[in-house]
Amino acid sequence: MSMIERPYYSDYSSAPIQHQFSPYADNGGSVVAIAGDDFAVIAADTRLSAGFSIYTREQNKLFPLSDGTILGCAGCWCDTLTLTRILKSRMQMYQHEHNKTMSTTACAQMLSTLLYYKRFFPYYISNVMVGFDTEGKGCVYSYDPIGHCEKTNYKAGGSAGALLQPLLDNQIAHTNLDKVPKEPLTLEKALALLKDVFISAAERDIYTGDKVLINIITKDGIKEEAFDLRKD
Amino acid sequence: MSLAEICGLQDFDTFKSRNVYKNDLDSFCTNFNHNMQLGVPPFSNPAENLSRFTKDEMGREIKIKFDHGTTTLGFKYQGGIVLAVDSRATGGQFIGSQTMKKIVEINKYLLGTLAGGAADCVYWDRVLAKQCRMYELRNRERISVAAASKLMTNMIYNYKGMGLSIGMMIAGWDKRGPQLYYVDSEGLRTPGNVFSVGSGSIYAFGVLDSGYRWDLTDEEAYNLGRRAIYHATHRDAYSGGIVRVYHMKETGWEHIDNNDCNDLHYKYQEEKKVREEQGDA
Repeated sequence: MSMIERPYYSDYSSAPIQHQFSPYADNGGSVVAIAGDDFAVIAADTRLSAGFSIYTREQNKLFPLSDGTILGCAGCWCDTLTLTRILKSRMQMYQHEHNKTMSTTACAQMLSTLLYYKRFFPYYISNVMVGFDTEGKGCVYSYDPIGHCEKTNYKAGGSAGALLQPLLDNQIAHTNLDKVPKEPLTLEKALALLKDVFISAAERDIYTGDKVLINIITKDGIKEEAFDLRKD
Repeated sequence: MSLAEICGLQDFDTFKSRNVYKNDLDSFCTNFNHNMQLGVPPFSNPAENLSRFTKDEMGREIKIKFDHGTTTLGFKYQGGIVLAVDSRATGGQFIGSQTMKKIVEINKYLLGTLAGGAADCVYWDRVLAKQCRMYELRNRERISVAAASKLMTNMIYNYKGMGLSIGMMIAGWDKRGPQLYYVDSEGLRTPGNVFSVGSGSIYAFGVLDSGYRWDLTDEEAYNLGRRAIYHATHRDAYSGGIVRVYHMKETGWEHIDNNDCNDLHYKYQEEKKVREEQGDA
């Protein structure tokens, strides 16, 4: 009698493997936004990673919603794609229904409502939005994953958010510093600061690096800039 | 069918496929048209089960942290209602903001305080604001605070057990005078004279109860609220930032002032020293 040889499958082990639905991923990335009286800048690094592997070194994470409003997203990239797709079509619907572009304040509220819709299965994204408020001053809106929104002048979000926010507190708001004179923030100072903080983030955060894309909104529209970070 | 063929339409499904994008869009923002209809997660009991899915493919933990934490208080006295709150928002150990607004101005005669999940409170306050305005337009009079707070509990009660985290006070002035209600995500709704909500409430109550009288003057009432919140921020790590004080009057709410906890600390220290010296002498 010959034994029928059983074929060997490498992943066919005796122990059962439990497969789990894992809808979330942390693709890293940092977003920093700074607003002054007559400008607003937002910057994001271009590294898209999952754990130790880098998917791409040039992924733009800034999404212009209109000529005066830009959204920066860091976190789960698939959620970002869905969210920005919906935002984009809602912007278009608004444009056609009202025959005008949505204001930054309205965009900010819309995003909050949109995020809260998924209250029980949230988007895993750090959102930061910049634009001009109703008085025409630059402003930053920052969000938690389920749509709590706060209007500020500067915000660092994403994987290096906790690393960078204290630096911005010190350099922009001069929190708890009595002797520093309060001067209005200039665009040059903001840009220099932005580059400095990203260089620092790339030094200490593995999910941030490669390149930074900067979008600058002024009365003249949106201007784009880029500069390189460490690529290791 | 033949007409469709003459028109050059091969397949009726093409109409459907054109709608996919719109249907997709509608299904991702139902709450724009129906505020109370939030997205349904692809699993049951989100309060418990969401945490099972917060791992990525490699099994690393994905931490979804909502803004949290608070000390808020409100009390009725002869001059109306005083509300006082701190301004710290924490996501886990991280202080997300030191300047958060924890009093929501629903309308001129209604204020809501915010404790627990920040987004939960702010979203439902906004829905309530809309409903109150609709009531005004339909009935040509302002909604009573009792009715407004009941609208709120009924809305949140629909989501009981789903993981909402809300502990709010609704303060207002209606036909029957000043009204203060406590409403939470468990479904509780109760009127009262003195409330404090949040992680620092135990500390705030200590100060509040010892200084509370019905016949406080306005200034005394503001000071009591301020001091109670300050002491809570001093002992509770999840509270801090700025102490905001609001006063609900017959003419609507009024924002009294904002004080940095740090400044209050040294102010109270100084007062304490003066008192001690006077005691010695």
